[in-house]
Amino acid sequence: MPTKNSHPKAIAKKQKVRKLQLRLYVAGQTPRSIAALANLKQVCEERVPGKYKIEVIDLLKKPQLASGDQILAVPTLVRKLPEPIRKIIGDLSNKEKLLIGLDIA
Amino acid sequence: MATNGKTSNRSRALRGLPKTPTGITGFDEITRGGLPKGRPALVCGGAGCGKTLFAAEFLVRGAREFNEPGVFVAFEETQEELSRNVLSLGFDLNQLIRQKKLFVDYVRIERSEIQETGEFDLEGLFIRLNHAIDSIGAKRVVLDTLEALFSALQNELILRAELRRLFRWLKDKGVTAVITAERGQGALTRYGLEEYVADCVVLLDNRVVEQMSTRRLRVVKYRGSFHGGDEYPFLIGENGISVLPVTSLGLTHEASSQCVSSGVAGLDAMLGGRGFYRGTSILISGTAGSGKTTLAAKFIEAACKRKERSLYFAFEESPSQITRNMKSVGIDLAPIVQEGLLKFHANRPTYQGLEMHLVSVHDAIKAFKPKVVVVDPVTNLQEIGSEREVKSMLTRLLDFLKMHQVTAMFTSLTSGGANLDQTELGVSSLMDSWIIVRNLESSGERSRALYLLKSRGQAHSNQVREFVLSKKGLDLLDVYVSDGEVKVGSEKLAQQARDQEKALIAREQGQVKNLSLERYRKTIAAQIEALKADLEVREAEARIELATQKQRMANTGKAQRIMDRHRFVDRKEE
Repeated sequence: MPTKNSHPKAIAKKQKVRKLQLRLYVAGQTPRSIAALANLKQVCEERVPGKYKIEVIDLLKKPQLASGDQILAVPTLVRKLPEPIRKIIGDLSNKEKLLIGLDIA
Repeated sequence: MATNGKTSNRSRALRGLPKTPTGITGFDEITRGGLPKGRPALVCGGAGCGKTLFAAEFLVRGAREFNEPGVFVAFEETQEELSRNVLSLGFDLNQLIRQKKLFVDYVRIERSEIQETGEFDLEGLFIRLNHAIDSIGAKRVVLDTLEALFSALQNELILRAELRRLFRWLKDKGVTAVITAERGQGALTRYGLEEYVADCVVLLDNRVVEQMSTRRLRVVKYRGSFHGGDEYPFLIGENGISVLPVTSLGLTHEASSQCVSSGVAGLDAMLGGRGFYRGTSILISGTAGSGKTTLAAKFIEAACKRKERSLYFAFEESPSQITRNMKSVGIDLAPIVQEGLLKFHANRPTYQGLEMHLVSVHDAIKAFKPKVVVVDPVTNLQEIGSEREVKSMLTRLLDFLKMHQVTAMFTSLTSGGANLDQTELGVSSLMDSWIIVRNLESSGERSRALYLLKSRGQAHSNQVREFVLSKKGLDLLDVYVSDGEVKVGSEKLAQQARDQEKALIAREQGQVKNLSLERYRKTIAAQIEALKADLEVREAEARIELATQKQRMANTGKAQRIMDRHRFVDRKEE
């Protein structure tokens, strides 16, 4: 796992639920993954501008990372922080569901 | 039908369908070589029927015995849980993982964590699988249980399309895969996975009949290959799964001409003086208390004297009970046990299912390598299976024993009043020798009688013998046949006395007759003497008379001549 993003708990607490830490797993630059990233960015900019961080992981390049977050489907968006971890699979085309999933509605 | 292991190679060459041996005992025989190579196979069954173990053994044996590394994708258990679970079968997954022969990937899917928005595919799973396969060069893959996906993902349309793609992908990858699936209502699997995995479907079943559970395996479908279609009982034992093909063993065992003593000299004598052939099976049937166990103990004692190991499967008495009881008839088994030449294997038949018994018997025999095996009594197995099942189990057991050249003695209890010539299990035809012991009851006492009903390939006595159990041991006596009836025990003695008396009288009568005859002979002889003497007298008289007459005539002639001379008679013309 990239250490840069694994904040110590203390910091996470200080920041409370404000800072969103997201990880998007994709498999290559498929239309679906491009769409998913675009949809995600759009929603985040709308709702939590500046308070989010998106990390895109291409499993074709780093297949060993798939098991860490228990990825089966792609694209999968993982909300690492705030806890609990949530997973949203699909191209994120349904905005309502994405907001519910990220709990930023 | 499935045949022995040798034919699997032949059929493989014949059929041309390459197969991957599973290494699971018996399964490769049924399928003539194993699962289809490079294709996915479906293993389905209800909860707790051994799907995961089947899959795990497939991988472990592949890694250990066939040098084919494997990937285990576990949807239900973590690697630690899986390792612990299969450790009971003697499979050390962690070691194989360290050796890079096994890769366990735990795929956890939590419905509550997952939201679905829009289109997706299962490329993530493919990538993980691909990564796992490539990292150890796996040839085998297990997906246990794919159906977990159905409960985790809502979009079944996508899921089904992806599964189809997955199986295609597995085939292209060239790995032999086992996919486990839960059995569904009225269908093989709950989510219809058999639709996608069409090459080989194995159904596992755990059935409870009369409180005893029996596991069964059936190859429902095997495209492009002949396979045994029966339901085969299988067991999960200490060494993994063993499927027992009912008809797997051919009749190919060697017949030994070497003989082993029965331990009873009289019985050996009845068997042509040499005892039983080695590697044969002997049935001792008889009513309760007729001495079956004692005969078996004698047999064991004799084996131990030859320094051969024996294994005693007791289904009725505990080892210490048997030892104590046998001591009362002068057979001391305790030192033999200490010496390590005798081992008891005692449990109630109801302790486990019939098939489990068979496997534990197999295991015990394989481990102890005995030359002599006693099963006492075999009839108790009837409590836990139908006659047919017990017979089938015994057939397999006998075949197994014969293959290993083990001489086996089975005791069989005949219930009172039943036909002695008919064992309750109908196993007599499987046996090579059959001894019947029976109680003869007469004049208020019970005696034991023994006879040989058959002994294949041996000239044997047709006589009924009485056998006596005493502190000194076991002895065979001749039975007493009188007036066309078999007499034993005290009646035998009484009859013997009666007969002796009769004989005495007869002898005396004979002597009397002899005496009178002698007297008569003597009388006659005296008479003959008298007559002879009379004859002699008469002869003498006759001789004297004759002589006198001659003399007289001579005298007369002389006087004539004198007279003639005096009267000058001329008698020249005469």
